[in-house]
Amino acid sequence: MSTTAAIAAPESPTRRAIRRFLRHRLAVFGLVIVVAFVLVAILAPVIAPYDPLQTSWARIRKPPSELHWFGTDENGRDVLSRVIWGARASLMAGVVSVLGALCIGVPLGLLAGLAGGWTDAVISRVADAMLSVPFLILAIALAAFLGPALENAMLAIAITASPVFVRLSRGMALDAKSTDWIEAARALGNPAWRTAFVHVLPNIVPPLLVQASLAIAEAIIAEAALSFLGLGQQPPNPSWGSMLNSSQRFLTQAPWLSIFPGLTIMVVVLAFNLMGDGLRDALDPRADKT
Amino acid sequence: MSALLELDGVVKRFPVRDALGRRAGAVHAVDGVSLSVAQGETLAIVGESGCGKSTLGRLMMNLITPDAGSVRFAGEDLVRLSPAAMRARRRDMQLIFQDPFASLDPRMTVEQAVAEPLRLHRIVPRGEERARVADLLSRVGLRPELARRWPHEFSGGQRQRIAIARALASQPRLIVGDEPVSALDVSVQAQVVNLLSDLIRDLGLTFVLISHDLGVVRHVADRVAVMYLGRIVEQGPAEEVLTAPKHPYTRALLAAVPGHGVKAPPIEGDVPSPIAPPPGCRFHTRCPFAEAQCRIIQPELTGAPHAVACLLDGRLPPVRPRPERLAGGERLRRLQSFFRAPAPPTGAQP
Repeated sequence: MSTTAAIAAPESPTRRAIRRFLRHRLAVFGLVIVVAFVLVAILAPVIAPYDPLQTSWARIRKPPSELHWFGTDENGRDVLSRVIWGARASLMAGVVSVLGALCIGVPLGLLAGLAGGWTDAVISRVADAMLSVPFLILAIALAAFLGPALENAMLAIAITASPVFVRLSRGMALDAKSTDWIEAARALGNPAWRTAFVHVLPNIVPPLLVQASLAIAEAIIAEAALSFLGLGQQPPNPSWGSMLNSSQRFLTQAPWLSIFPGLTIMVVVLAFNLMGDGLRDALDPRADKT
Repeated sequence: MSALLELDGVVKRFPVRDALGRRAGAVHAVDGVSLSVAQGETLAIVGESGCGKSTLGRLMMNLITPDAGSVRFAGEDLVRLSPAAMRARRRDMQLIFQDPFASLDPRMTVEQAVAEPLRLHRIVPRGEERARVADLLSRVGLRPELARRWPHEFSGGQRQRIAIARALASQPRLIVGDEPVSALDVSVQAQVVNLLSDLIRDLGLTFVLISHDLGVVRHVADRVAVMYLGRIVEQGPAEEVLTAPKHPYTRALLAAVPGHGVKAPPIEGDVPSPIAPPPGCRFHTRCPFAEAQCRIIQPELTGAPHAVACLLDGRLPPVRPRPERLAGGERLRRLQSFFRAPAPPTGAQP
């Protein structure tokens, strides 16, 4: 019980999680890939060897070569450059739509969990109804309703992904609600909104973070699917999904048109998933303390 | 001395639902409790677990709303206050929880936790927060350097000190302690009790101590209220209630404390279910003196300052002190012989 127990260097919960995450090799590998793709997206104008929109009749559907590492497409555009520029649309779509889903889902979930009663019933039933429709179908329906554009696709994905966060934050808020420290927060004179955002929210960040990193992977796939269907990124701007869309007609003659964007999607989604798994392990409160 | 906190006919029931979610009755947690706590006084509420002590504490803090009755703080009915006015009022009344491992937000450092009431109620300007937190921590016997640590780095006793510092931060007039030491190691309990009673005395605070530990109660309380199944069965000056108890339940409670100078017939059986409390006197099912009328008539709390709710008041056999108080050496010898295996050679049987 003595004070000496607390003399060792203080380690915040956040720092402890980071230390544990860094010990997780696959997760770090995922993080490195994610960071690499973020850099690629940011530095696209610098590192792309060609203009992604520049067509050329002289180089239509050329297989990979020293000049065009990933080959050229049906309009003579450099596939590598388009993959690099497409990272912008895909990562943006992934991150922005998940951020949107968090902004919609978390406050609603906290409200439902902490307020209870009718508020909870209404919010939960709407979330359940949305979850009962397959993710992509709902996203496609919403995107079709909003009109074909990358922004609308992101909004559609954000709305579609939000019920997961509603459910998650509602459950965690319910847990927190029954604890003494939430009652203590109220007894100290905290208004309800402050209890929700200052006390409950920081305590439910770990599972939200894990869910968000996995949701980004899902959102990237969704964006690719929407673009593939012509509901996302509009031509001639590149995105991995729309590249797959236009390559499907040449699957046998020019497989590099679909292989490279497809591989890229796979690698990025895998990286986000590995990162999410690592985060989950690192943030697990039940894990050992070593 | 005027009353700082007054409860009048307070009732709280918690609905019980069956598997299908239908109302299947209610737990009568607090059933018609009236009491008042004078400014500067320490009132102890004692009783077995499940008797409604903690619910009563939360009703006093207006953390739960009573189904009937009023809770008045400094003459103001808390139940009728607007949420905003109630939040402002909370500055004057603070709660210390039983479990110090659960009552601190795990994601707030000690400094953030103790500074929160300062900020919520604008006790000191932002620039002076740190100094005030350091001051509060040293008041409860913690080194101010520990301010930047997290709750999980502390022991139970230290955490309870942090909780006390947090409760004192808003400069309250009333502190309700819900079993503030019963979750702590026995060796630490005394330290924390002494700290609390010193602070209460030095700061002139009004203190409601909810406890089942009569040793702690005797140490700090001016007055004692004894609860059984949601009702107060006896209340009065601590000295009187603890040495000359009037209610059979209080007698049995005191007789159960080792070394306490009260002898009474033990009570048997379990506490009846608070979902269907017995009619008449709630204690009649276990009372060794119960008569026919006890099953029908519900006794009211009468008498002042030492009040008791018992139909047999005045007719019960007087409280007998324990037959003998052994000298220290003799007691030890008897204990030793009792535990010596297999049987004491002298043949002395305790």
